[in-house]
Amino acid sequence: MVSELINANPVVYEKKERRVRNSVPPADVNEYSSEPIDQLEIFDHLRDIKDPEHPYSLEELKVITEDAIEVDDSNSYVRVTFTPTVEHCSMATIIGLCLRVKLMRSLPPRFKIDIRIAPGSHATEDAVNKQLNDKERVAAALENPNLVEMVDECLAPSFSC
Amino acid sequence: MEFHDGAEPKLWELQTLEGHNDRVWSVSWNPVTGSSGVPLVFASCSGDKTVRVWEQDGATLSWTCKEVLEETHTRTVRSCAWSPCGKMLATASFDATSAVWKYVGGDYECVATLEGHENEVKSVSWNASGSLLATCGRDKSVWIWESLPGNEFECVSVLQGHKQDVKMVRWHPNMDVLFSCSYDNTVKIWAEDGDDDWHCVQTLTEDNNGHSSTVWALAFNAEGDKMVTCSDDLTIKIWETDVKQMLSGGGYAPWNHVCTLSGYHDRTIFSVHWSSDGFIATGAADDAIRLFAEGSNGLDDGASLKMVMRKDKAHEMDVNSVQWSPGESRILASASDDGTIKLWKLEN
Repeated sequence: MVSELINANPVVYEKKERRVRNSVPPADVNEYSSEPIDQLEIFDHLRDIKDPEHPYSLEELKVITEDAIEVDDSNSYVRVTFTPTVEHCSMATIIGLCLRVKLMRSLPPRFKIDIRIAPGSHATEDAVNKQLNDKERVAAALENPNLVEMVDECLAPSFSC
Repeated sequence: MEFHDGAEPKLWELQTLEGHNDRVWSVSWNPVTGSSGVPLVFASCSGDKTVRVWEQDGATLSWTCKEVLEETHTRTVRSCAWSPCGKMLATASFDATSAVWKYVGGDYECVATLEGHENEVKSVSWNASGSLLATCGRDKSVWIWESLPGNEFECVSVLQGHKQDVKMVRWHPNMDVLFSCSYDNTVKIWAEDGDDDWHCVQTLTEDNNGHSSTVWALAFNAEGDKMVTCSDDLTIKIWETDVKQMLSGGGYAPWNHVCTLSGYHDRTIFSVHWSSDGFIATGAADDAIRLFAEGSNGLDDGASLKMVMRKDKAHEMDVNSVQWSPGESRILASASDDGTIKLWKLEN
């Protein structure tokens, strides 16, 4: 895909221990009512996405952290802010596309999703943000077999070591 | 348009049309339907690569799908437009082609395929006489095609000037002046000089009261002296020109900013359309449809425009297109990411 890696030696961080989600609802809550979608649930959807050029997850590279996820279930809104490993990372658009596709596939369709680069973490921040949030461009990208293959590779369920 | 207190306009949902298997991007009304006993007809196009033609039953007034136009475009069909005579339908697709369909012997037949754009074609528009067709796309260019006898279309101009992909092209309702809006935040106006050459005669940019993000759509009022634009910057803007000068002065007179309506939308505004009786409808990424109209303070400067209705949850997902029907029936069609088209009746 790329002959030279954009970031040859990324810093790899420890994965957070997985918390067991609150499976026993408090007694006063109707057991049939659905639990609201929270930050941790969104993080769980995204943490194992593979970096496009390394055998590490976005969590291990701290591209994604739980704190960088804003969610408002009652207003069906999610905002994910990610931090590319290097300022000139040409993979930023692919990473953003992976995040969007994963959430589109995982969340109910009522959700509005904004994907942004952490301010100051990328040389062409505005351009990448604009592209990732233009749904026509995203729709066109997702009809491009090469791009879809790249995205699917990063989202492959086999990657969860 | 007068707007009286106590007579708030309402949109009554008439019908929800299902059939597309993916998001519906755009709808276009056949301009010669809806009067003289001809039932209303419109076309819709979708991420499912098809175009559907819908017709209203004259007796039950309900809508059914009459035709599915498929197996021509191989990717999303992004936009569609009927010719002024209502006999031809042009479609623009992400497959880099545009197609022209004609109703022949009880069937819609693809009679021409227009190739030239490098990649996604995003919009298509006929001029008032039906002699010219404009297309635009991700390759930043705007193409003008001339309709020739025998279903031939010849490219007469390729217009470069936008710095990013071009989202929409629209001809002025009665002059051969072309408008394009883009991801580069600008609207460009193109006119022909005496020698069949087309040039950009004006660019509406952020520096002259234009938009600060992608301009998704534009529409004209019935008289053709005002234009409305909508944008990812969450505003709609009204522009006007001197139509007398336009008619006498070689077809083009400058367009000036009249007003900006901000604070009404929370997410991207994808579509805007101006009804013949003065209602501006918007469709946005917050699933809502809004109507704007002039207040009754008698000022004709456009600054009296205000929101007169907001329909929240008009659809379950983004509203991509809103279009008023031709004729007197005051029906609004809306198309959405939820895969449906809804028909609304305006009452006030």
